[in-house]
Amino acid sequence: MIEKTNQYSYSKTQLFWLVALRVTIGWYFLYEGVAKVMTPGWTSYGYLMDSQGWFAPLFKALAQNQALMPIVDALNIYGLILIGLSLVLGCFEKIGYIGALLLLALYYLSHPALISAEYIFPPEGSYLWINKNIIMMVSVAVLMVFPTAKEIGLDRAIFKCSKK
Amino acid sequence: MAEDKKKKNISKGRRDALKTLATVPVLGAMAYGVYKKEKNERSKRLAADMFRFEEKPVPPPVTDGKKIRIGIIGYGIRGKDLMHALGFSTPQQVEDLKTASKNDSKDTRYKDFMEQDDLNVEVTAVCDIFDKHAEEAIAAGSNIHREGLNGKYGPKPKRYRHYKELLAADDVDAVIIATPDHWHGTMTIDALKAGKHVYCEKPMTWTVPETYMVREAVRTSNRVFQLGHQNRQIEIYNRAREIAERGLLGPITLVETSTNRNDPNGAWVYPIDPEANPKTIDWKQFEGDPERIKEYLDYMTSAGLTKYVGPEPRDKFSLERFFRWRCWWDYSTGLSGDLLTHEYDAVNQILQLGIPDSASSSGGIYFFKDGRTVPDVLHTVYEYKDRNLSLLYSATLASEFSRSRKIMGHDATMEIGSTLSVTVDPRSEQYKDQIEKGVIKPGQPFYTYMPGQKDVDAISSATQLYFAQRGLLYSYVNGKRFNTTFLHIKEWLDCIRAGRKPSCGIEEGFQEAMTAHMGTRAYLEGRTMYWDCDKEQIVRG
Repeated sequence: MIEKTNQYSYSKTQLFWLVALRVTIGWYFLYEGVAKVMTPGWTSYGYLMDSQGWFAPLFKALAQNQALMPIVDALNIYGLILIGLSLVLGCFEKIGYIGALLLLALYYLSHPALISAEYIFPPEGSYLWINKNIIMMVSVAVLMVFPTAKEIGLDRAIFKCSKK
Repeated sequence: MAEDKKKKNISKGRRDALKTLATVPVLGAMAYGVYKKEKNERSKRLAADMFRFEEKPVPPPVTDGKKIRIGIIGYGIRGKDLMHALGFSTPQQVEDLKTASKNDSKDTRYKDFMEQDDLNVEVTAVCDIFDKHAEEAIAAGSNIHREGLNGKYGPKPKRYRHYKELLAADDVDAVIIATPDHWHGTMTIDALKAGKHVYCEKPMTWTVPETYMVREAVRTSNRVFQLGHQNRQIEIYNRAREIAERGLLGPITLVETSTNRNDPNGAWVYPIDPEANPKTIDWKQFEGDPERIKEYLDYMTSAGLTKYVGPEPRDKFSLERFFRWRCWWDYSTGLSGDLLTHEYDAVNQILQLGIPDSASSSGGIYFFKDGRTVPDVLHTVYEYKDRNLSLLYSATLASEFSRSRKIMGHDATMEIGSTLSVTVDPRSEQYKDQIEKGVIKPGQPFYTYMPGQKDVDAISSATQLYFAQRGLLYSYVNGKRFNTTFLHIKEWLDCIRAGRKPSCGIEEGFQEAMTAHMGTRAYLEGRTMYWDCDKEQIVRG
């Protein structure tokens, strides 16, 4: 008989690994954002200009729009940080997952792992259609249907208060 | 009972708090990691500090409200480029650029041309000895609004059949000379005598004696002379100069430069225009100035080099010789004058080398066996005894494998191309400490510079460096690319208006011409040539 002690009825082991997955993905997002803040003059211009696939013209047009680029960069950097904090702390978890899925989808669309795609900055592995962004998207989707923050995370307090 | 409940509540409260805040320490761990990483990078940043430079913006054109009236002598391949940089192109050329930009959104040449600053000049006179080129020059000169076909054009500049007639015209303040090499010096001297400012294409001269005469003519005139080495405007060379001057490379003992081309056009086998014939070309004027020809023949005869003269008689009309004149010493200065001069002037700009103590050359006609007399493979080594360095130039017109331009020092080597990079030498003494600490990785580019872009050094992320080296960051930060020929002409015009000295004036031109002549003579005579500094003469070994 599996011991189910929490509000989601997960076993302790299930809960542990789900939280571990949430926190590590959160860490990844958070540090990506922090590292960009700490790199002077960082811009996603090069990355966007290197886009391939169906949506490449859109990303390239975005990169070449000098008025929009600072906004795009800021949205990306602070989006990463907020999503990271949300997942690590378990704070408004669902919004964090939606944000993460949105950013990951944009990254995949600009750099899809197509058969003919060759990027200036080559990936560190070998990919065919499925790359790490897709795997992370699936992981985030799994976390979305197996939420944990109301058990382990700030959402425990936030939603308890709001219930009251 | 109540106490038990209370205890239970407290314990539940603690458990709640623990579960709520369980992951907060993760942030602490990250903060510690970020702090350590930043500390590590700060020490690297200190090491990179010696590579901090200030970017100088392109100054706006000097405006005095007066239009400078330009005469253009020679509207061939380079003449067209120069007029384009001046802001004038034929309607057909503009139309072609428009079409090209429509077909390829990455082709920004039309946009660049339309956005290029107005230099406040007027083309009042043109001279070309081929009727078609002259007509095109008129069309370009009158295209004052940079329009395509069926546009509104301005007044047509006057065509002069002979350059001396153009120089006599009152409505010409300054001339641009883009003729074959054998006319450069003569036209410059005549233009200065006629009171015109001069922009002359490189190389400055065709013969050694005229080099002194051009210098004298510029020195005794109060006109502005600019030699057409547009590399003077390339920001990267100015940065390279700062790096060398700060001693960041250590003692420099070797400079390597090269030319690597591999197509007929690059080997001067230019197309022959079907409209060209003895009726549309003034061959007599093409032949050259009799005084210059005598200087040329005197040298070739006295040095036993008559096999390099001709082979066709000078007065015999030849379409090949007219369009592909660079292939024969009779009109050309070969690789030395056409391409070595660019490399030399760039290095002279960076290191202020001046005229070398000696020059040795070798090479031959190894690929283009088409009747040319000038070599298609050439190597020239210049020695600078006082500077303790050798300058090596190596060229081939039959392989375009890229060999980078390198300035090699005891502490680091600087490679200069469309980007500049400095790689620290593993045996460097200057950087010994940083190498030992692991701050500098020898053998890997430590500093990279792209003009118009924030500096990228060892502390920038690998991705940034990667993109920078491939030029992807260029257009975004700078926003506008500058045509270096435009900048070079602009500087000449600014100097005319403000009475300033241009960056490639007569002293630099004299050094360029003598250095190239030493290399040429060393090749032709098959022996080392020396520079007698006191007498200012090229002497044999």
